[in-house]
Amino acid sequence: MFLDRFRKQPPARAVLALYDDPDRLLNAAALAKEHGLEGIDAFTPYPVHGLSEALGIKKSWVPYVTLVMGLSGAALGLTFEIWTSAFDWPINVGGKPYVSLPAFIPVMFECGVLLGGTMTLAALILACGLPNLKSPILDRNFTNDRFGLYVPEYGPGWNEERILRILNRTGAVDVKVIRV
Amino acid sequence: MSDVALSPAVPAEPLIDPRKSFADVNQDVSAPLERKPGMLWKVCFGITALLTLQFFMEIGYQMYKGIGIWGLNHPVGWAVDITSFVFWIGIGHAGTLISAILHLFRQRWRTAINRSAEAMTIFAVMTAGLFPLIHLGRTWFAYWLVPYPNWRFLWVNFRSPLIWDVFAVTTYLTISICFWYTGLIPDFASLRDRSTGWRRAIYGVLSLGWRGSERHWQHYERAYMMLAGLSTPLVLSVHSVVSFDFATSLLPGWHTTIFPPYFVAGAIFSGFAMVVTLLVILRKVFHMEEYVTLQHLENMNKIILVTGMMVGYAYATEFFVALYSGNPFERFTFLNRARGPFAWSYWIMVTCNVVVPQIFWFKKLRRSLPVMFVVSILVNVGMWFERFTIIVTSLHRDFLPPNWSYYKPTIFDYSVIVGSFGFFFMWFLLFCRFFPAISMAEVKSVLWSAKKSAAREAPRAQEPAHVS
Repeated sequence: MFLDRFRKQPPARAVLALYDDPDRLLNAAALAKEHGLEGIDAFTPYPVHGLSEALGIKKSWVPYVTLVMGLSGAALGLTFEIWTSAFDWPINVGGKPYVSLPAFIPVMFECGVLLGGTMTLAALILACGLPNLKSPILDRNFTNDRFGLYVPEYGPGWNEERILRILNRTGAVDVKVIRV
Repeated sequence: MSDVALSPAVPAEPLIDPRKSFADVNQDVSAPLERKPGMLWKVCFGITALLTLQFFMEIGYQMYKGIGIWGLNHPVGWAVDITSFVFWIGIGHAGTLISAILHLFRQRWRTAINRSAEAMTIFAVMTAGLFPLIHLGRTWFAYWLVPYPNWRFLWVNFRSPLIWDVFAVTTYLTISICFWYTGLIPDFASLRDRSTGWRRAIYGVLSLGWRGSERHWQHYERAYMMLAGLSTPLVLSVHSVVSFDFATSLLPGWHTTIFPPYFVAGAIFSGFAMVVTLLVILRKVFHMEEYVTLQHLENMNKIILVTGMMVGYAYATEFFVALYSGNPFERFTFLNRARGPFAWSYWIMVTCNVVVPQIFWFKKLRRSLPVMFVVSILVNVGMWFERFTIIVTSLHRDFLPPNWSYYKPTIFDYSVIVGSFGFFFMWFLLFCRFFPAISMAEVKSVLWSAKKSAAREAPRAQEPAHVS
């Protein structure tokens, strides 16, 4: 697909630690960060509070899309209203001015919300690399009751034994190495 | 989502039993979707499908014959069609209020009810959207409402509230679907991961391949917040725009500035009543009493009580201004509402909307299922008659007495009313069978907070009770 070109290739190796408790996952994430592991991700059944801070994930850029698209939608809506009512075919309706600004506000607002909202969903889908039906599901219980910490191979500094040693101390239910 | 301990509105009792495990949530919510439909569901679905069928047959006949088959006459050009339109749009508002506004205010009790309330919004707006189309008479020209380049070189009149309505309602439907779908993505993934075969394939596609990665949750939560932020002013704008259909006209009884807030309060009032009606049945039939608890229902009943009084206050203000303004037409219209030929409709409205909800002052009645079920239905009867009163009584006696007339519904009017209920409930029944009726991901975050506070209260326990 077209979008695949912009997606990161999955790593050849990764370490996956499984937990049954979000607090242990949080501690493990903080520990992994302390030890300087890079590119860590976590899998959780619900958004765990404070996890993205613990993993050092940057704040999402989706709200900027909402803002820009919302304002563009409103601007486009208003421009279109003015163009049709005052320029393309000006019609005198009840003696009102061609550019009846107060009367144009509701449609302008709705256009802003429409574009802002639909583009927020589109941005979310794009940001998460969805639809993604191909990449493997690492554990079926990540959408149920299992929490996972995922350390993919990030380069020459990647040391499997060291990562296993760190994660084995975090109270995980299981720590395993995944090879593609 | 913030920690529950910071929330000022932590209820005294937990929203969910802390002994439940995360896996129990998935099991309990998914179970109804994974077993064969019961007899009760089939019978209900059959009835609503038949009602829907007669609804569309009526619409077909009415398109062929003209809107004269309804009881419309010269001064009363709007009746059941527009009444039902306003009624159904209003029903939708509670869903958005629960999902968006309560989310922004961090009211975490919403997590168990937001999914079904949002579904209700979408089906109610779908039902509502049919009415302006069929009341056009020449429904096949409905696309003229959309500004598109055409060989007549004409554009729509953007100064008309009827065009604002087109934009408001279509935007509302689209954004509600976006919001609902965003909430459903993680739950579809849960269903995918617990099923096999074609169900797995379908839920897999619906979930778009959601994996639950924290990098994705990070975007997800912000996007959800943005959609909630957009939906909040949207929902207030939609019923305001609907009220402009009336308020910008010059008819006594319609031409008032109180209409936008009055309509929005009424919409939330009726919508919450519909949520209570639906949830009292849903939790019983699908055994979800542990998720949709009496606490949830009580909270909604409190909102019904508050918005009911706001509506009652609006009735009083409207009446007072009509009498105090010194405008004889205005005064006549309001006295005619209370004492004229449609007084029965006015007093049904006042009884059901202002008097009946007052019993929710008593905690015992607020928490009684039969009482709240009856009240919620009465509230919706009252709110239907509120719109009927506003529309029909203002129209039937206008400025010139020779114009005056009485409105009598025909069999086709009744067919439309009953049919719209059938259409709405048919969709809701389908939703309950195929989609998770409770947001599993959101309930789990509330469940974890409940576990933590339970562990805090039991100091002897070594660590939070985590059950896998």
